[in-house]
Amino acid sequence: MAYTEEELKKELETQEYAYGFYTDIEADTLPIGLNEDIVRAISKKKNEPEWMTEWRLEAFRAWEQMEEPDWANVHYEKPDFQSISYYSAPKKKPQYESLDEVDPELLDTFNKLGISIDEQKKLTGVAVDIVMDSVSVATTFKKTLAEKGIIFCSISEAIKEHSELVKKYLGTVVPQKDNFYAALNSAVFSDGSFCYIPKGVRCPMELSTYFRINQAGTGQFERTLVIADESSYVSYLEGCTAPMRDENQLHAAVVELIALDDAEIKYSTVQNWFPGGKDGKGGVFNFVTKRGLCEKNAKISWTQVETGSAVTWKYPSCILKGDNSIGEFYSIAVTNNYQQADTGTKMIHLGNNTRSTIISKGISAGKSQNSYRGLVQVGSRAANARNFSQCDSLLMGNNCGAHTFPYIEAKNKTAQIEHEATTSKIGEDQIFYCNQRGIDTEKAIALIVNGFSKEVLNKLPMEFAVEAQKLLEISLEGSVG
Amino acid sequence: MNLKDKLATSFSVLENQIGGTDPVSNIRTNAIKQFETLGFPTKKLEAWKYTSLNSVLKPDYNVFAKKEKALEYKDVKQYFIHNIETYKIVFIDGVYSAQLSETSHEGLDVCLMSEALSKPKYKEVIETYFNKIAKEDDSLTSLNTAFTKEGAYIYIPKSKVVEKPVEIIHFATGVEDALLIQPRNLVVVEENAQVQIIERHQSLTAHPVLTNSVTEMFVAENAVLDYYKIQNDLQSASLIDNTYISQKRQSNASVHTFSFGGKLTRNNLNFFHKGEYIDSTMKGITILSDKQHVDHYTLVDHAEPNCESHQDYKSIFADKSVGVFNGKIYVNRIAQKTNAFQQNNNILLDDTATINTKPQLEIFADDVKCSHGCTIGQLDTEAMFYLKTRGIPEKEAKGLLTYAFANNVLESVRIPEVKTRINKLIAQKLGVDLGFNF
Repeated sequence: MAYTEEELKKELETQEYAYGFYTDIEADTLPIGLNEDIVRAISKKKNEPEWMTEWRLEAFRAWEQMEEPDWANVHYEKPDFQSISYYSAPKKKPQYESLDEVDPELLDTFNKLGISIDEQKKLTGVAVDIVMDSVSVATTFKKTLAEKGIIFCSISEAIKEHSELVKKYLGTVVPQKDNFYAALNSAVFSDGSFCYIPKGVRCPMELSTYFRINQAGTGQFERTLVIADESSYVSYLEGCTAPMRDENQLHAAVVELIALDDAEIKYSTVQNWFPGGKDGKGGVFNFVTKRGLCEKNAKISWTQVETGSAVTWKYPSCILKGDNSIGEFYSIAVTNNYQQADTGTKMIHLGNNTRSTIISKGISAGKSQNSYRGLVQVGSRAANARNFSQCDSLLMGNNCGAHTFPYIEAKNKTAQIEHEATTSKIGEDQIFYCNQRGIDTEKAIALIVNGFSKEVLNKLPMEFAVEAQKLLEISLEGSVG
Repeated sequence: MNLKDKLATSFSVLENQIGGTDPVSNIRTNAIKQFETLGFPTKKLEAWKYTSLNSVLKPDYNVFAKKEKALEYKDVKQYFIHNIETYKIVFIDGVYSAQLSETSHEGLDVCLMSEALSKPKYKEVIETYFNKIAKEDDSLTSLNTAFTKEGAYIYIPKSKVVEKPVEIIHFATGVEDALLIQPRNLVVVEENAQVQIIERHQSLTAHPVLTNSVTEMFVAENAVLDYYKIQNDLQSASLIDNTYISQKRQSNASVHTFSFGGKLTRNNLNFFHKGEYIDSTMKGITILSDKQHVDHYTLVDHAEPNCESHQDYKSIFADKSVGVFNGKIYVNRIAQKTNAFQQNNNILLDDTATINTKPQLEIFADDVKCSHGCTIGQLDTEAMFYLKTRGIPEKEAKGLLTYAFANNVLESVRIPEVKTRINKLIAQKLGVDLGFNF
C-alpha cells in the first residue's frame, strides 16, 4: 500500500500512549504542600541522620528565595508547588530476597513494559534497582557487585550506611542552590540511586534503574549520585515510562556524576514518560539537572533518548576540570503532538587538553516544539581545548518547530571549536529512491529516521539500543518501521 | 545628572525648538516614553548578555553639539573613497556640512532627513516609511526615534540605476568634550532601482563620541541595494548601529560590515521579508586588537516562501579584544523552500581575547534548507611553517594567512575601490605589507 506523508502525519497525531496504565498499589502519601515541616517529615520517614535533615532544610530555605526560571523556550502552566504531595512510597515496604516476594501487580507492570525483571536478570545480566514511586523495592545482583566492592543501592540506604561518601560528594557537582528545581529536589528528594565504584574496578555489568511515576498527584524527585573512583569504569542506564494521567505531573530529578582521575562513566537514559494526549492535555513536566565532573584523564559520556514528557527541560553537562578529560553528549529528542523539549548540554572546559563532542538529533512532528540549547565554554587557562558540536533537526509536517540556541564562549587562543547545525525534512528524492528499489514509503521513512539517529543509537548499550528503537517507533508510529 | 535624565531634559528642549510643525511629533513622544520605560539595555537582557554599555555611557555627553568646527576637504580626503565619483552626505558633529557634501535632486533624492521632515513634497514618503520597521520595543532605537533630527535621506525612484555610489560620512571633530550623535537615515529604493551606499563614522580626536544610529531601508520589487559599512574609528569612539531592511518580492539586499576600529561597536542588523524570491546577504570582516569590543547581532525574518539568506562573518581577535556574534534565523511556517545559510568563523590570536558566539535557528517550516556553521580556531601551524620555510617572516606569514581567511568575504564586494580600501585597512590593522598592489 502506498503510504503518503499526509496519512503518516495523521497516524502520528492519533497515536495514543501505549504504556498508559495505572498500577494499583497502596501508597503511603504525605499531605500536599511544602513547608519546613514537610521537609522534616520526609527526612524523618526515611530515618535520616541529623546532618541530612539540615542539608535538606538549607536547600528548602534557598528554594523559597528562588524564582521559577522562564528563559527556556517552553510554555506551560506553572505547577502549583503547594498542591503536590512530596512523598509517596508503596505502603508495604518489602526487602525482597527473590523476585517471588515482589508484588505480582508490580511485576505485571514491568511485564507490560516488556522489561520484565526475570528476563533482565536471566538474559541480560543487568542488575536492576527498581524505583517504583520513589522507594527502592527490589535490588538485584547486589552480591556480585559487593564482591568487587561496588556499592549500588538506593540513596536513602547510602545515607545511612555510607554516610561518609554521601557527605563528601552530595551536592558537590550540583549544589543545593544551583537552580530552582535542583534546590527543590535537594529539599524533598525521596529516593534515588547511589553508586560507588572503587579504585581500579571495572563494573562487570550495566547498572540500571527504572523509574516510574505511578501515584496520582505525586511529583517524583529522584536523586542520583554516581562516583567512579580512580581508574574505574561504570556504565549506568536509566529508563523511564509513566502511566497515563490527566493532570500534569512534575519530575525534578538531580543526577550527579563524579569521575575521579582516569575514571570513566557512561550514563544512558531512555525517557518515555507520558507526553500528554494528542490535544496537549496532561503529560509529565520533566525539569532535570544532570551534571558530571571530570578529574584528570576522566571521561563522562551522556547518551539520551528523549521521547516522552509534555515539557522537557534538561541539560546534562560536563565540567572538564582535570587535564585531558573528555566529555561527550549524544542525544535524540523526539517531540510529537503538543510536546515541548528544550534540551542540550553544557561543556565547560577548564583543564588543559580537554575534549568534548556533542551530537544532538531533534525530530519534531505534530504541533511540537523542539529546541537544542547548548553551551561550550573554554576558560582562559584551558589550553588546547577541542570541541565538535553537531545538531541536526528533522521536521515532519508544518505545525512543528525546531530551534537551536548554541552558546559558544572561548577565551583561549588554542581552543578549536566547531559547531554545525542543519535543519531538513525527509527529502522526496530520498523516498523516491527507496520506492524505486521496492521499499515502501513507511519503511523508507523508518530507514531514513533510523539513519538520522544512528550516530546516537550506536552509543547506547546493546540492551538499551533495542528499547530505544522501540520508543522511537512508538513516538513516531507509522513513520518508523 | 545621569545620561538618561539628561536625555529627558534635552528632549523637551528639542520639542520646543522644532515647534508645532513637526510631522513626526507623535512618533517622537511615544518613542521617548518607550525609552524612559525601558532605559538603556543591561547585560540582564538576553540580547545584551555579552555586551555591557556601562563604560560607554559614563562620559558626560552633550546631546547636541554647541560649537562648530569646519573641516577642509584636503584634511579629511583620506576617509572618502576619493578615487571615484560619489554622491556625498557629510555630517560634522551631527550637523550637515554643505561644503563637503555633494547631494542631488536630479532624478533621485540624495539629501537630508531634516529637509525631508520639513518640506511638504516629502510628506507622503515620510508618512509611508518613517519608523515603519524600526523596532519599537528596542530602547536605543526608540531613543534615536525620539531625537530624529538629521541624517541621510535617499530616495531612488522606479527603474533608476544610480550610476555612482552614495557616501555617508559622520565626522566628530572633538570640539565638544564628549558628544552623542544620533543620525537617522531613511533609504527607499523603488521597483527595479539600484543603489550602492557606503557609510563611515570617523572621529578626528580622542574625545569620546557615542553614535546611536538608526537606518531604515525599504527595497521594493526587483530592486537592488548594496550597502557597505566601514567601521575603523578611533579607540575613543563607540557606535551602536541599528539597521532595519524591509524587502519586497525578488529584491536583493546585501550589507557588508567591516569592523576594525572603535572602542565598542554594536551592529544590530535586521532583515524582514515581505515577498517571495528575496535574496539577503550579510557579510562581515572583523579584526580587533587592544580592548576593542564588537557585537554583531543579526536577524533574518523569513516570513515568505522561496527566499534565500546568506550570512558569512569572519573575525580575528588579538590582545584583550572581545567579539560577539549572535545570528538569528527565523523561518515562519509558511516560508517553505527557504534557503538560509549562516557561517561564523573566528580566530583567536591571544589568550586574553574572547569570542562569544550564538548562531541561532528558529524554524517552523519543514521544507527548508537551513544550516549554520561556526568555528573557533587558530592559524594553521603547518601553513605557517610552510610559509616560513619559504623565507617569509612570521609576521608577514600571519598577515597572509589572516588575509586569506577573511578574503572570501571580499569576493562579494561589488565596488572595486571599496575592496582596495578594505585590503589596505586589513594590511594596516595587521601591521604588515601584504605585497599586493593596492
